[in-house]
Formats: sequence, structure tokens, C-alpha cells
Amino acid sequence: MEKKVPTNGNDGEPGKAGGFFEKHFSLFREINKKYAEPQIKMTRAVRIALMGLRLYLIILVLVLGFKFYTLVRQ
Amino acid sequence: MNVLSRFYYQYRRVIKAVQLYLIIAGPGLIVMIADNDAGGITTYAATGAAYGYALIWFLVLLGPVAYFVQEMTVRLGAVTKHGHAEAIFEAFGPFWGWFSLIDLSLVNWLTLITEFIGMTAALTIFNIPPAITVLIVIGIMMFMILQGRYWTWEKLAMFFCLLNLVYIPAAFMVHPSVGSILQNGIIPNFPGGINGTLIFFLMANIGTTIAPWMIFFQQSAVVDKGMGKKDIPWGKMDTVFGAVFTVVVAIFIVIVTATVLHGMNIESAGQAAQVIMGTYPYVGTLLAIGLFDAGLLGAICISLASSWAFGEVFGWAHSLNNKIREAPWFYAYYFFALITAGLVVLIPGAPLVLITLFVQVIAVTLLPAALVFLILLLNNAEIMGEYKNTLLQNIVSTAIVIAIIVLSTAYAISVLFPGVFA
Repeated sequence: MEKKVPTNGNDGEPGKAGGFFEKHFSLFREINKKYAEPQIKMTRAVRIALMGLRLYLIILVLVLGFKFYTLVRQ
Repeated sequence: MNVLSRFYYQYRRVIKAVQLYLIIAGPGLIVMIADNDAGGITTYAATGAAYGYALIWFLVLLGPVAYFVQEMTVRLGAVTKHGHAEAIFEAFGPFWGWFSLIDLSLVNWLTLITEFIGMTAALTIFNIPPAITVLIVIGIMMFMILQGRYWTWEKLAMFFCLLNLVYIPAAFMVHPSVGSILQNGIIPNFPGGINGTLIFFLMANIGTTIAPWMIFFQQSAVVDKGMGKKDIPWGKMDTVFGAVFTVVVAIFIVIVTATVLHGMNIESAGQAAQVIMGTYPYVGTLLAIGLFDAGLLGAICISLASSWAFGEVFGWAHSLNNKIREAPWFYAYYFFALITAGLVVLIPGAPLVLITLFVQVIAVTLLPAALVFLILLLNNAEIMGEYKNTLLQNIVSTAIVIAIIVLSTAYAISVLFPGVFA
């Protein structure tokens, strides 16, 4: 007897969940592809601003991590 | 006769301008008044109770601050015809795009919970159980958007904006001393000197002035309304009126609590309304109505800001002019955020105080990014053309943005580590 193999497509019952995720991941991939090339001109000011933002967020995450650490230690 | 005809001509011009303004008015007015949301009302009530009339001058300064930031969203939306989330994806790529979108949805959902906390607290004063309040709110918001017309939604929202004026008669009813307000409130001063508590209150007031959802909301609303480049002056005027309105309301809230509750430690606007109810029942009632209205306006704008942002990025139909069957995902997200936030408030023993504090912290992870992106986009000649920031606008808006980032971050740190600035 031939064994049914779950597929990622929408054609078979066992593959439905896989199809759902495939469909939605492909949507994310499409969005990433659509916006892959930033339109803004990467001037020095833009680069500095984005770098500053990254640093700011890293510091904020460290502060939040420290707060979490102090809470756990209490 | 000549004088009469000239007078009539001028009169017709003014009437026409007012009519045109009423057509264009909306996003600026609504976003600014919704800025006085449940959290904002609590901050103003606590400020008045702690410092009396002494910090009114500071609230006046916050009007231009809010205007300069929000005015940029009008120009960006009218020129690009894109909401802020889409503009970030396009200009800065997927990393910053996803970061902004996910952070916005988290911050907005948590803020929605705080709006529900405010609304349920307000109606508890009238013995309305929280579950009924949540149902009433969902019912009102469903009615507002199911009309399938942006225009209808906007005018209904503007009605709720007018309700925000209840704080003005409330202030007159407590008979404040006008001399004392003018003497203590108008000239800049730092009562008790600059100390940790004062800095905390100043930071809290700035924190309520600009929230991340405001930037996303106004830009998307400008796009959904279909405003173009020619409408920018009207959009700016709308934002000016909104800024004046929100400052006036904030001042009257401070006057009420400064007159009646000065010296008391007020932790929420609901508590303030309840205490005032004991001595001035009508004033307490007005405060409770105002708090409910503030929470409702906040909820209306915040839930839409998220839905618009997701709709823009995922390519769903995302206009209030669409019926549910035309934009199912847009409305599904709107109701999902609304209903889940309402349900959290009904969970017995839910850590609502923690959530309220957590909102301030999470908001500062998004606010600097949203503000920096705004300035970078407004300086891009290819995107903005003749509507890009002038040198003066850049100086003013950059100074404001730096001040907001520093103070709101300091506020978040003081929430995380109380007494750090003492």
C-alpha cells in the first residue's frame, strides 16, 4: 500500500498545517524582499544616527537585564 | 454701502475658511486631545496635588513641543501618502521596520490595557462593574468603525474630544484663586528646588506629551483621510488647535486638583475623582466622566494606530472607508487588540500596577527610534522635496527630540530604579 507523505502544499489534509506556516512565512519573506533595499541615502549623518540608536537600544536592554537580575536576586 | 459690502465679503471669507477647516480638521485635533489619555490625566492630577499651581508654566511649554513633533507627521503623511510604519520599512529596511512594528504593537497593547484600567476605575465610581465597562467600550468602538466611513468615525471621535472639556467647568466649580494661579503658575519656578521628586514629575509630564502611537496614528490618519500637499497648511493649523486644546485641558485638571487636593499623594485619576466626590460631588462626577472619556479617546486612537501599521506593512486593505468584508484583517487585528486588552483588566489579581509601570519602560525602546526616523525622513530631499525640514525646523525639532529622548529615558530608569535621581 502506498504511504501518504505530508506535504507543505494545500492539497492534502496532513499538509494543511505546513501549508499554513509556509504561506505565512512566505508572506514575511515577501515583505523582507520588498523592503530589502533601504531607500534612504546612507549619508554619514544617517549612519551615525542609526548607530546611535543601536547603541541606545543595547544599553537599554542591559539596564532591563540588570533590573531583572536584581529582582531575581531579591 | 461700500463698507457694508466689504464687511459682508470678509464675513463670507471667514465663514468659508471655518467650513473648510471643519472639513479638514480631525487628525491633529484628535491625536492631541487623545494625548490626554487615562495615563495623562493621572499625571496632571498628581502634579496638581503635589505642586499646586506651581508647574502650570511647564504645561504651557509642552504645547509647542507636541506641535513641532506632530506637525512633521502631517507633512510626511501628506507628501509620501504612507503611514509611519511603511515609511520606516521603505526608508530603513526590514530590520528597523520589524523592530518598530513589533515594538509598536506591544507598547500599544499595553497602553490599551492602561486605558481600560482608567475607564473601569472611572465607571466604578458610578457603581458600574468593570465587565460592563469593557462591554460598553467595545460596543462604542465597534459602532464607530462599523459605519465604513472615515469621515463618520472622525466626527464621532471629535464629539468625544469635546467631552474632554468637562474639566473646565469642574475647575470653575471648585472656585480657585485666580490671583494665586497667576502669581504661582505663570512665572517659571521650581517649587522646593530641583530635587528627585520634582524631576520625576517633570519627566512624567514630558512622557505623557509625546507617545510613540501618536506619531504612527497621525501620519496614518492623514493618509486615510486623503490629505495631500495642498492640505498641509490646514493640517498644521489643526495640529496647532489640538496642541492649544490639550494644554488648556491639562491646565484645568491641574487647577482642580491643586485647589482641592493640594498636599495629598494622588496615585491615579480615579482616586482623585473619588476623593473629590466627598466634598464636591458634581466635580467628582465630571472628573470621572472626563477620565472615562480620556481613556476611550486613547483606546480609539491606539488600537487604530496598530491596525493601520499592520495593514500598511502586510498589504491588507486598511482604511476606515472599507467595510469589514473588504478589510477583514485590518478589523480583525483592531478587535483582537481591543478585546484582549479589555479581558486582561477583568482577570482577578492581574498585575495592573506593574503593567502601568512597564508601559513607560517599553515606550522608551520605541520613542527614540520613531523620533529619529521622523527627523531623518523629513530631511530627505528625495522623499520630501520642497517640504523637507528647514534649518530652523531642524534646530528646533532636533533639540526637542534630544530633550524628549533624554527625559523620557531618565523617567523610565526612575520607574525601574525608584530614587535613582534622589
